[in-house]
Amino acid sequence: MHDAPLPWYVAGLLLGLVVPILHLLGRRSFGISANFRHLCAALPLPARARPSFLRYDWRAHDRWNLALALGIVLGGLLSVVVWGLPDAGAHVSEATHSSLAALGVREATGFLPSEVFHGPKGWALILGGSFLVGFGARYAGGCTSGHAITGLAHGQAPSLVAVIAFFAGGLLATHFLLPLLLR
Amino acid sequence: MSSVLAPARVRVAEAVADFESAPFVSVSQSSSAIHAACLAVGVVLGGVFVQSEVASWYRIQEMFRFQSLHLYGVIGVAVAVAFVSMRLLRWAGWAEPASAKAWTGLGTRYWVGGVLFGIGWALVGACPGPLFALLGVNPSVGLVGIAGALLGTWSYAAARPRLPH
Repeated sequence: MHDAPLPWYVAGLLLGLVVPILHLLGRRSFGISANFRHLCAALPLPARARPSFLRYDWRAHDRWNLALALGIVLGGLLSVVVWGLPDAGAHVSEATHSSLAALGVREATGFLPSEVFHGPKGWALILGGSFLVGFGARYAGGCTSGHAITGLAHGQAPSLVAVIAFFAGGLLATHFLLPLLLR
Repeated sequence: MSSVLAPARVRVAEAVADFESAPFVSVSQSSSAIHAACLAVGVVLGGVFVQSEVASWYRIQEMFRFQSLHLYGVIGVAVAVAFVSMRLLRWAGWAEPASAKAWTGLGTRYWVGGVLFGIGWALVGACPGPLFALLGVNPSVGLVGIAGALLGTWSYAAARPRLPH
């Protein structure tokens, strides 16, 4: 099976090429988190529960992006069927293994530690973390694809600020929040 | 549109509105062929997110602990390839320089929204693309993750009029 993940330069090349390809497919801009907004807009919510930010014609303009998101789901699944799931837990560095062991994560296997992500606390961590991902991405106007890849490639100053903030938040959560939450 | 004499608050509101609506204006033709092509691009993306382990909680931890160059390499090469290829498209006359993103006041939305996003990214170990990819790898984690992201997006939409941007 897998001795190592897909090399970083191959992954980076393929991710980077998405920007010009989407541009050539009708000047579309690579940004995945906008799909959360489209999905919210598509939910059959009563008018009272539909803020104005979610009232727009996603059917006319944004189905291409939802098709891309659907492709990501299928592509992830397909790649596991064809090549299997790489053992990311085993592939990360020794230093990471010791750091995680200090947090009580002893068995590093698969894509995420089952020791952490099980039971009510584990589900709360996933729900809370992804809540912040959805809230923060829309507040900042983009995520890792829209700001870090597309925005930085276009030399957008706001995107640079957003990416620095992504990292500040990630460092904060990794070094201060997680040790408290996993205690 | 906004004149110099308009109250600052109105100008800010207009700038934010412009920024939010911009992506919808720039999109030109739309057809099933385009949608099929976008689906195919997504399939490749999903494969990359999983096979390069970008969608793994362990890799995100490793990155935020500066213990490997793997994810820095992925993001760095992606930005470089996107930058150079968009330059080439502009040189060939197939693309125009991107219009600058709106920046109002202190750029609060980028700082605050960015930090909140980063905290979530490190906790759940996946950003939006990998979150979709996880649906195909670990459906229960993927479903709860997407549900959380939708709740967060809806909450932002509801709170938006009262949030500083």
